[in-house]
Amino acid sequence: MILRLERRSQRSTLMAFLSPLLAIGLTLALGAIMFVALGFDPGKALYIYFIEPLTSAWSIEEVVVKAAPLILIGVGLAVCYTANVWNIGAEGQLTMGALVGASIPIYFPDWQSPLVLLLMLVLGIAGGALFAAIPAFLKNRFSANEILTSLMLVYVAQLLLDWLIRGAWRDPDGYNFPQSILFEGWQVIPPLGDGRVHIGAIFAVVAVIIVAFMMGRTLRGFEIRVIGTSPRAGSFAGFKGKRVVLFCFMLSGALAGLAGICEVAGPSGQLQPHVSPGYGFTAIIVAFLGRLNPIGVFFAGVLLAISYMGGEAVQVELGISDKTTQVFQGMLLFLILACDTLIRYRIRLVSPGR
Amino acid sequence: MSTSDMRPDDGSEAASGAYILEARNIVKLFGDLRANDDIDLSLKPGEIHALLGENGAGKSTLVKIIYGALQPTSGQVFWQGAPVTISNPAAARDLGIGMVFQHFSLFDALTVTQNIALALKGERDLKALAGRIETVSADYGLPLRPGALVADLSVGERQRIEVVRCLLQEPRLLILDEPTAVLTPQEADQLFVTLERLAGEGCAVLYISHRLEEVKRLCHDATILRLGRLVARVDPQQESAASLAKHMIGTDVAALRSGSGAATGAPLLELAGLSMPTDDPFGVALKSIDLVVRSGEVVAVAGVAGNGQSELFDAISGERTSKSADAVKLAGAPCGRESITQRRRRDAAFVPEERLGHAAIADLPLSENLVLTHHAVGNDVVRNGLINRGAARDVMARVAEHYDVRKNLTDPEASALSGGNLQKFVVGRELDRKPGILVVHQPTWGVDAGAAAFIRQSLVDMARSGSAVLMISQDLDEIFEIADRIAVISRGELSEAYPAAELSPERIGLLMAGTHEKAGRDAERGAEA
Ligand SMILES: Nc1ncnc2c1ncn2[C@@H]1O[C@H](COP(=O)(O)OP(=O)(O)OP(=O)(O)O)[C@@H](O)[C@H]1O
Ligand SMILES: [Mg+2]
Repeated sequence: MILRLERRSQRSTLMAFLSPLLAIGLTLALGAIMFVALGFDPGKALYIYFIEPLTSAWSIEEVVVKAAPLILIGVGLAVCYTANVWNIGAEGQLTMGALVGASIPIYFPDWQSPLVLLLMLVLGIAGGALFAAIPAFLKNRFSANEILTSLMLVYVAQLLLDWLIRGAWRDPDGYNFPQSILFEGWQVIPPLGDGRVHIGAIFAVVAVIIVAFMMGRTLRGFEIRVIGTSPRAGSFAGFKGKRVVLFCFMLSGALAGLAGICEVAGPSGQLQPHVSPGYGFTAIIVAFLGRLNPIGVFFAGVLLAISYMGGEAVQVELGISDKTTQVFQGMLLFLILACDTLIRYRIRLVSPGR
Repeated sequence: MSTSDMRPDDGSEAASGAYILEARNIVKLFGDLRANDDIDLSLKPGEIHALLGENGAGKSTLVKIIYGALQPTSGQVFWQGAPVTISNPAAARDLGIGMVFQHFSLFDALTVTQNIALALKGERDLKALAGRIETVSADYGLPLRPGALVADLSVGERQRIEVVRCLLQEPRLLILDEPTAVLTPQEADQLFVTLERLAGEGCAVLYISHRLEEVKRLCHDATILRLGRLVARVDPQQESAASLAKHMIGTDVAALRSGSGAATGAPLLELAGLSMPTDDPFGVALKSIDLVVRSGEVVAVAGVAGNGQSELFDAISGERTSKSADAVKLAGAPCGRESITQRRRRDAAFVPEERLGHAAIADLPLSENLVLTHHAVGNDVVRNGLINRGAARDVMARVAEHYDVRKNLTDPEASALSGGNLQKFVVGRELDRKPGILVVHQPTWGVDAGAAAFIRQSLVDMARSGSAVLMISQDLDEIFEIADRIAVISRGELSEAYPAAELSPERIGLLMAGTHEKAGRDAERGAEA
């Protein structure tokens, strides 16, 4: 008997729904095997990884803090991928947004006014959007593959940030640490309540709602879906593929930039060599796990945020390297893509030799 | 291939011994819909067997079951007398069944050779394969360039790939789902020669077509379906086209009423010196095309596929814009540089040749497919950038009702419609707007006799009510049936449009053959003046 993939006559709606759940289940199973191989009790490790982060108020807050940027970036990427536009460089757009937005408090450290925060947010959005426009332009103008260009620009942004905070933007009173001055007053985003959760979380929810509305109800969203499934029919409908490429890149860049400036003006309160622990890449998983659907992205963002927390927890409590976080995230993406095959195909046992 | 190895492996099945393929009591349900309801079909080696029926009768469904692309809900298929389960197309190909689908299954970005290699198991040596493609295709009179990109090929050429792909596997049963719908008469004739030769070699052919004349000419036996049920098994040679149509539809096909001759008015569509280079090596450049279509008339563009028809369509629709604004005028307004959306706003409507992938998207429901061409034309479907789904569904329902689009859900995905029903939808979608200018390319591709008559009637009525209708078609019968004037396209050049009454099919054939004719006539004119 051999296994064979067989095309279904129609897409299976049931599988479209089950596939992410199946992927999560398989990830947990493989994770358990990994923990056993490392010599740990898998039940305990998985508990610390996925359940414990939800057992204390502090860690729940922390999940929200981490989920917010993942969701912000994830909804933008979901729009891109729906249009068949492969923005892999959200991490760079996030860095650029953070950097451009942070230029205000760095150059005008004494300026205190609500305008400062507003300007920082606007510049963060603009920085991300314009940086994302580069791969869009290269694709539209020279047919350059956007996967490569957007990914390479991540390193450009990160090295630029590194150069600035080791040079011109370094805090003069910072004992030579590569970091900027600490922001304060109107230079930071006000927290919600007295924890670490700040307004960025609201931005994420608002972005989900707006994007869900755009994709479901507006002509623009329809245009994006059509160009993504059939460029030829899209051009017959009068939709312009290049315009969609630019729009999707700039939208997701803007959201990544917003996430970036919210990071530095929120939890960190200053520019450091690493603006995020790879939110821009993890958001790719978020977008796929959420079925490229904004509401789905919301839940996927929360789940991936928990995995970050879990990674830290197993490191602290069991002394397992926090690289397990990346292993989990990688397995999850791999398994989602694999399980997605089941939407259009079914697995059959066939006897060979027929 | 000799008939001796066609014998069943199992002696007890002697009754069906002569059949290479037999399908018994096939039932296929899609939800509540009985697409196939207890159908029997049998074919002998060397037989060309027609499968007939109106749009949505269940023909494609039945052959997909035989080819393993669909599983029957119940029923049994026998191959050379032995019961078989054909679980997928690869299994069918292993048995020796080849199929040419109604909607092609080719990858646009790959070459002819690569596409064929994908379907052949264990074909590694692409160079050798390219050689075989060239010999087999030349041998059967279906010339193909192995290195050409599929995206650059005309529909007729694409179909040749599918046929050649089957031939390379030396099939014992070849299924063709409406192969001639997209072919020129010459290409179709060539295909018939190929099929007859295959039949002579012992291969059975199952042939689906809406063109009854060719069925009469080619087929030895016919199975007729209606609404998923088997209604008759007849000898097409003993029937007239009209009696076959009657079996299929249950009533007689209405004759076309063309009304009074064309009372033409103002020119609504004008092409003047329309030239367009082509950026792809196998495309056809348009060379200084002149044409006027007036209110009240139907003008047809005849020609062999691949002579610039698609390019002409794209240039008029605005999918490709020209350098000069004056090259295309709609209702007197120069709009050569305008986009397709702007041209739609000038009360023009367009129906392209390919219904899936160009006119409609397989995975979208019909109501969203309606939005594709209705979003910018000032009806309620889109307001202030918002899609009004209710309005889209209403218009879709109106189109489906008026043009008899048969569907088993209120708003199915385009891929769940039978080919002819989808064609009725994409034509009806534009006619519903009552456009002042209508440009259609192959409007009755794959539509059954009754529905084709209805679509042609609608085109004529549209013209008689004051619209200008331009029809690009390869079907001469269709052209003579409804066109007031006829122009012929050949290698990107368009002849003058002659009144239909002045042209005979032979003369059109001459015009198709080349450009000398036009030049000759122009010279004559010059001399007369
Ligand atoms: N995948 C599907 N899901 C649901 N219904 C389907 C599907 N495929 C076909 N049908 C329905 O089954 C019926 C038969 O369709 P089929 O494609 O076999 O018709 P056909 O005889 O080939 O017609 P045509 O001449 O128009 O191609 C139609 O009513 C169609 O709507
Ligand atoms: Mg069909």
